[in-house]
Amino acid sequence: MNSPEPWSAARAAEIIAAQADCEGPALPILHAIQATFGFVPEAVEPMIAEALNLSRAEVHGVVTFYHDFRRKPAGRHVLKLCRAEACQSMGADALATRAEQALGIRFGETTPDGRVTLEPIYCLGLCATAPSAMLDGRVIGRLDARRLDRLVSEAQA
Amino acid sequence: MSARFFIPGDAGAVAVGADEVATAFEAAATAKGLTLDIVRNGSRGLYWLEPMVEVETAAGRVAYGPVSADDVPALLEAMLAGEPHALLLGPTEEIPWLKRQTRLTFARCGIVDPRSLEDYRAHGGYKGLEKALALGAEATIEAVVQSGLRGRGGAGFPTGIKWRTVAATQAEQKYIVCNADEGDSGTFADRMIIEGDPFVMIEGMTISGMAVGATRGYLYIRSEYPHAVARMEEAIRTARTAGYLGRGVAGSAFDFDMEVRVGAGAYVCGEETALLESLEGRRGVVRAKPPLPAHKGLFGKPTVINNVISLATVPIILAEGATAYRDFGMGRSRGTMPIQIAGNVKHGGLYEVAFGVTLGELVDEIGGGTASGRPVRAVQVGGPLGAYFPRALFDTPFDYEAFAGKDGLIGHGGIVVFDDTVDMAKQARFAMEFCALESCGKCTPCRIGSTRGVETVDRIVRGEDREKNLVVLEDLCHTMKFGSLCALGGFTPYPVMSALHHFPEDFGATTPVLEAAR
Repeated sequence: MNSPEPWSAARAAEIIAAQADCEGPALPILHAIQATFGFVPEAVEPMIAEALNLSRAEVHGVVTFYHDFRRKPAGRHVLKLCRAEACQSMGADALATRAEQALGIRFGETTPDGRVTLEPIYCLGLCATAPSAMLDGRVIGRLDARRLDRLVSEAQA
Repeated sequence: MSARFFIPGDAGAVAVGADEVATAFEAAATAKGLTLDIVRNGSRGLYWLEPMVEVETAAGRVAYGPVSADDVPALLEAMLAGEPHALLLGPTEEIPWLKRQTRLTFARCGIVDPRSLEDYRAHGGYKGLEKALALGAEATIEAVVQSGLRGRGGAGFPTGIKWRTVAATQAEQKYIVCNADEGDSGTFADRMIIEGDPFVMIEGMTISGMAVGATRGYLYIRSEYPHAVARMEEAIRTARTAGYLGRGVAGSAFDFDMEVRVGAGAYVCGEETALLESLEGRRGVVRAKPPLPAHKGLFGKPTVINNVISLATVPIILAEGATAYRDFGMGRSRGTMPIQIAGNVKHGGLYEVAFGVTLGELVDEIGGGTASGRPVRAVQVGGPLGAYFPRALFDTPFDYEAFAGKDGLIGHGGIVVFDDTVDMAKQARFAMEFCALESCGKCTPCRIGSTRGVETVDRIVRGEDREKNLVVLEDLCHTMKFGSLCALGGFTPYPVMSALHHFPEDFGATTPVLEAAR
């Protein structure tokens, strides 16, 4: 996983300016901000509002609507387990509990050492090789207890 | 050796080790002083056999699978010596699961190199656009109408009629929007075609643009599909360089260009008006209709918004003719449907077939029953908003109207199989929970009803005022079904009520006491 850059207003301004002229630029800007800094810092909201001629409340509303946009940095690794029906049919619920126990955190939380964030995801489109997971953008299918344990150790390393 | 090897680059294959297999092939070849020509194709859709490796021979492509990286050295040895190997599946096209299909929309998927425009053209690509340009806008729309193609996203609205409405609406700017926000669990057809045959998306959207007079297109792909996003963006750049996008598409007088936009994890953005809001940079809140997107869509302009599979099917309809397509199917469901068989199933994958095949054939014969080997208890058809069907309904033919007649829906064509360990009350609760999590919040039945639904299911399962709460749940589902603005709140009652109706014993009932919400 690429390590995020530290917050820089100048860098954020550059990112905003690069996208501001496209049609409907808000989501592309927010994705680019998160890709750069690892999350969407609150300080960027007034900057986007200013550039797109929106109120700060509107920008805040967009940021908070979408599950993808983080309000604070994630752990060094992000482990997402699919919790949707196809994966449920193959035992995803038990794997989810196992992951929570192994990491000592609940879904949506980050381990105290800042290494791993555990998140639910609702479908990776890998439903014929369920259950599935994603570790830092890498997709994993046919997950079982053994493979999950390996993923968890990999994320904790 | 000059033989070509095909190792899928499809996310579903990569998730079970296709990248490691490709690396192992390269290493094994290097050790022998050979260079292999490896194509990272799309998936053929036989996911239980992935990673499925194919090699080109004088007698056509031959398949092996499922291959693991450890198998590779011995496998390559056997391939080179022409000796049999335990993983040999035979000539790919002769694998019964593939041979029995009618691949129209997915004709090229898994066969071509998805990065190669030349390969696309060599396999019939851009014949549809050529035909459309020769026919002209009006006749092109007519062909789509005549084909009987209906929206493959789930709503089943006739694609050609939508196009006709946009074409008839005057505006300086019109848009083509492709909905690739495939959020339904159990579905992966959009992901597969984008990863395996991305140029067909460009051709389909270009034909649509030419037909209705739109010059700009957006393909909205969910962020959960990073492989599809990368593949599609690359294909767009390739097509643009080759003159298939931009000014004067393919030497015609018509301009069309398009780009990919990435979603941000909101299931409701698969609803067309929420998707338009999202594209415009707002919260994905559903719009009230009318106005229809065909009149006032993206940025208030007339907009065609179609599902991936609808648009991917347009080129072959044009190339082969509307009649050839319409001849497949049953009743008002014409053509083929790429059905996705998933979950607890032995032979899971994508099965494209004419409408009319029964649910039982799909689950038992084609799917081969459960992966766990236990009896099939329920199948959910059509994603999180689709009904749970028991074995008693397995004679239902795959057809929009037949499923509606049994209080279900085919949706985007996904089937999720569950064995007899499933707790249907838990599934019903999850349907409400998911609706609560993903509701855009605009209308009350969905926003509040889903949360009350979770609580009510819990009370029923706990046996608290059981009879009274069953009535409350039924009433709640009725309100959501008829009072919600879109399918999220409107269809969540399908999984809930079907679970309750067909599997009352899981809700603590001794006798079936409820009628399904009608």
